[in-house]
Amino acid sequence: MEVLVFHWTAKKTLSKPGVRNVVLVEGVRTPFLQAGTTYADLMAHDLARGALQGLLNRTAFPKEAVDYIVYGTVIQEVKTSNVAREAALGAGFSDKTPAHTVTMACISSNQAMTTAVGLVASGQCDAVVAGGVEFMSDVPIRHSRKMRKMMLSLNRARTLGARLSLLGSLRLSHLVPELPAVSEFSTAEMMGHSADRLAAAFGISRLDQDEFALRSHVLAKKAQDEGLLTDIVDFKVPGKDIVSKDNGIRPSTMEQMSKLKPAFIKPHGTVTAANSSYLTDGASAVLIMSEEKALAMGYKPKAYLSPTYAIPKVLERSGLTLADIDAFEFHEAFAGQVLANLTAMESDWFAQNCMGRKAKVGAPPMEKFNLWGGSLSLGHPFAATGCRLVTMVAHRLKKEGGQYGLVAACAAGGQGHAMLVEACPQ
Amino acid sequence: RCVSRTHVNYEVKDNVAVIRINDPTSKVNTLTRQLQDDMMEVLNEVWGNSAVKSAVIISTKPGCFIAGANIDMIKVCKSAEEVSKLSKEGQMMFEKIEKSPIPFVAAVNGTCMGGGLEFAIACHYRVATKSKKTVMALPEVMLGLLPGAGGTQRMPKMLGLPTAFDVMLTGRSIRADKAKKMGLVHHVIDPLGPGVKDPEERLIEYLEEVAVGVAKGLAKKTVTVEKKKGLMQKVQDAVLGIPLVRNQVYKTVTQKVMKQTKGLYPAPLSIIEAVQAGVEKGPAEGYHVEAVNFGKLAMTPESRALIGLYQGQVACKKNNFGKPEREVKSLAVLGAGLMGAGIAQVTVDKGVATILKDTTTEGLARGHDQVYKGLNDKAKKKSITTFERDMTLSFLKGQLDYSGFEKVDMVIEAVFEDLSIKHKVLKEVEAVIPPHCIFASNTSALPIREIAAASKRPEKVIGMHYFSPVDKMQLLEIITTDKTSKDTTASAVAVGLKQGKVIIVVGDGPGFYTTRCLAPTLVEGIRILQEGVGPKKLDSLTTGFGFPVGVSTLIDEVGVDVAAHVAEDLGKAFGSRFGGGNVDVLKTMIQKGFKGRKSGKGCYVYSAKKKDKQVNSGTEEILKAFKLTAPPAVSGDEDVQYRLVSRFVNEAALCLQEGILADPVQGDIGAVFGLGFPPCLGGPFRFLDSFGADKLVQKMKRYEDAYGNQFTPCQLLLDYAKDPSKKFHK
Repeated sequence: MEVLVFHWTAKKTLSKPGVRNVVLVEGVRTPFLQAGTTYADLMAHDLARGALQGLLNRTAFPKEAVDYIVYGTVIQEVKTSNVAREAALGAGFSDKTPAHTVTMACISSNQAMTTAVGLVASGQCDAVVAGGVEFMSDVPIRHSRKMRKMMLSLNRARTLGARLSLLGSLRLSHLVPELPAVSEFSTAEMMGHSADRLAAAFGISRLDQDEFALRSHVLAKKAQDEGLLTDIVDFKVPGKDIVSKDNGIRPSTMEQMSKLKPAFIKPHGTVTAANSSYLTDGASAVLIMSEEKALAMGYKPKAYLSPTYAIPKVLERSGLTLADIDAFEFHEAFAGQVLANLTAMESDWFAQNCMGRKAKVGAPPMEKFNLWGGSLSLGHPFAATGCRLVTMVAHRLKKEGGQYGLVAACAAGGQGHAMLVEACPQ
Repeated sequence: RCVSRTHVNYEVKDNVAVIRINDPTSKVNTLTRQLQDDMMEVLNEVWGNSAVKSAVIISTKPGCFIAGANIDMIKVCKSAEEVSKLSKEGQMMFEKIEKSPIPFVAAVNGTCMGGGLEFAIACHYRVATKSKKTVMALPEVMLGLLPGAGGTQRMPKMLGLPTAFDVMLTGRSIRADKAKKMGLVHHVIDPLGPGVKDPEERLIEYLEEVAVGVAKGLAKKTVTVEKKKGLMQKVQDAVLGIPLVRNQVYKTVTQKVMKQTKGLYPAPLSIIEAVQAGVEKGPAEGYHVEAVNFGKLAMTPESRALIGLYQGQVACKKNNFGKPEREVKSLAVLGAGLMGAGIAQVTVDKGVATILKDTTTEGLARGHDQVYKGLNDKAKKKSITTFERDMTLSFLKGQLDYSGFEKVDMVIEAVFEDLSIKHKVLKEVEAVIPPHCIFASNTSALPIREIAAASKRPEKVIGMHYFSPVDKMQLLEIITTDKTSKDTTASAVAVGLKQGKVIIVVGDGPGFYTTRCLAPTLVEGIRILQEGVGPKKLDSLTTGFGFPVGVSTLIDEVGVDVAAHVAEDLGKAFGSRFGGGNVDVLKTMIQKGFKGRKSGKGCYVYSAKKKDKQVNSGTEEILKAFKLTAPPAVSGDEDVQYRLVSRFVNEAALCLQEGILADPVQGDIGAVFGLGFPPCLGGPFRFLDSFGADKLVQKMKRYEDAYGNQFTPCQLLLDYAKDPSKKFHK
């Protein structure tokens, strides 16, 4: 009974009295490319700048009306540690517009958007640009700690003798470089390894994972061919062609996929290169505004945003049930991870023992789920994926005529993010 | 299918026989008669089924593959021959598996020890989970036995002689990833997080899925049993192919064993003999020697003593006082010294929020560093990750005041051993703690009732005597007064168990049980030194008897000041029975600054550089000044040993007679785990049973004639001496 009542009231709108409605005005992204391809010689802030400029071009938004910029990134280029600021200045934004960078693994741009929504909802800002960038073609490889220590001491050494004696302590082992951690610091586990264990814990078979990955690629290809991926803005790589398409979409066959060996847990694992997302370069950006300001400036906002963490919480807060949702966009880091998440949502045992709930949440129906492909096929530039998800769900709602969309993503460190998106009246 | 089969069953999945073990009568699987009979029956059915191309052996018991042979099965045997027969039966069953026409995969999750590991290595392929509960070991040597079901024969082939000796002679535990590196298992799988059912249940299912996959591969020959050998391994194999080199290995290992055991433990030598027989004379001889030696060892007093200790230790890891009314979730330790910080370390280690309070920032910093170092050492050894170290350390809160004490469930004080200071902190603490909070005193000798005299709520006061170093010593001696409530005791035991301690609960009195046994032994040691036996000689006599640490070294380790304190205090309490050596020897040493290891000088001189310690000439001079004439009749090497041991044992018997000790088991456990009483003797009471109370009383009478009442046997000893059929252990 209670559910029905909520249902009814909620169906009207998500807006609450006394709180400003926060809307997504526009969302764009650079094409997502496999690492080491056309973007290889760029830097992270170049891609971020491309997304920011693309957003401005698409919206013709006056730069000086942007109150704040928040950007997400995961693997940081040490030269541009506040990549938000570097990209914004490079994209010609006002130097009076503050910009900060956030990091929260694969939900970094989700966090950037959440921050933006908060800034707008609280009335501090009217227009905020949020985004995310990841550049995996180049990662910071450091000298070893020993070498760094020696080099820093060398800096301080005053006499030639002191310098020579320091150099004399140089050993071959000093020269071994330190790669950025591919594993989580706290658990010392790689994400692929963790995904394989997750799939095993939920009994997700290799076949299920390959099928899901294939579905993702097939749907993405279809969306690409039908021209549905309108969030993409062209990117001109200096000295090279204009890039206008994602290059990682490659529908394969089940037979070919079944030939691959497990990539992480050998030899009995189920996660392979084909059913995982791949290392990707890309950037995304969204313009988030208060509804009144957007309307006043003559924009047609795409969707209302209301983020929190994790799906049941977001649904309960807004008084919706899964049945009310018209479009689901979940992050696909690994096929095994998505399927395990869906299985968990369908499981009473998991709800009771791991979430402290009385009963299961329920899993979304596949006919509403990631219909234009997902991270497995489109690519997953870690920190840029969140904005891609939100923009995509807004576009899908518009195309499919739905009212509510749900975005969800997981991240290293055992964190998750969910956001409810409601289509704005056309 | 046979209805009577209760411990082992199987099903055939895609031509793979999945044989599942689960002993419904126990929390762990052990190799019992029933299990072996069931297993043979299943094996015969499997071998008779032509559709079965390979097999998986797996346990469906959470956290346990097979924990080993059932000790009771060995204990009831009356002769060596009977035990040998058990060994031969085991050998035969495992040989059949090894020579099976179809390949066997052992799928190991949880404890896989002794006979369980011998079972696993008889299989052709081993898959193990990396669960924290998965531990492989051949711990027979710790029970004075040998791996008697083919272990001494298969291990050298599998691991090479040096590693096989290491595994069998130390009995050490091997985790799955280490086992993989050593070549003990072929394949490891990671434990799983929560899914749609209990993770442990799912892990066993998953293990089975993986093992079935391997078994299918073995049948189809897409998986091979042979592992690729590294260069080092090849070199080692080549070198050990030379008989002369092997002889040298046997010799070196034997020497090492003799040095460490002083020849007091027969099992290691028997293991070497069985291995050598198999390698040099072939499997028939090897298996024969293994079975015969197994039988012989089971009949030795050393084995009985070690088994007694093992079972006593299991008994002392239970809470016999019921479930406490409230769980101790936060704890405060007063005093960040060696003991206090040690107690804090073992507490935070188990995730209990702990306040460490001291009176000075210097003291606090030192204590904090001690805890950090203890945890960091574990991280360095990779038994925990640096992340786990940091997380554990986050449970520790160092402070100088009593803030937050209003929320703690237990306070353990480890302040200076002085009654007036103890009273002062007790009063301070009682002013701030909540009514349910327990006050425990970590003291080695001060009677708890005297400490509790200052308390408003003596039912909440208890003694918790830890041993140094707290993170290494397993024993915790809990002392209750007649006013201590049962729930307070239950709480203290629960906390101790959580800290991983082996616990004895004793009555109150000066020195309780352990310190009371130690004091006369130390005083006798001083007399022996005064009589002209040098510190080194005294050490070798005591270690030669089986004590892990010699008396002179023990004085240095405990601290000369502490030893003097204890000797004097207990001397006052118990009178001339605690006399012997002159306490002024210790006092003079203290005056000269010879306070033991902590001050760099005691009986010995300690320096960071030299490993070999030198006798402190200053102490030798003091001993000369206090020289006593040794009565020749009782001063031979053996008499010196028995003078020390008989005073120890007599005092232990007195504790049992007076009711300080509730039973001989706790007496044995306390003496061995807290004071280093020779494990091969199993503790003072086990020693009396095997040596004979009458024989000890005879010796004591001789010593009594020379020295007086310090050697007067107590009434209990006399009773047991009179009737040889009376035994402390049934």
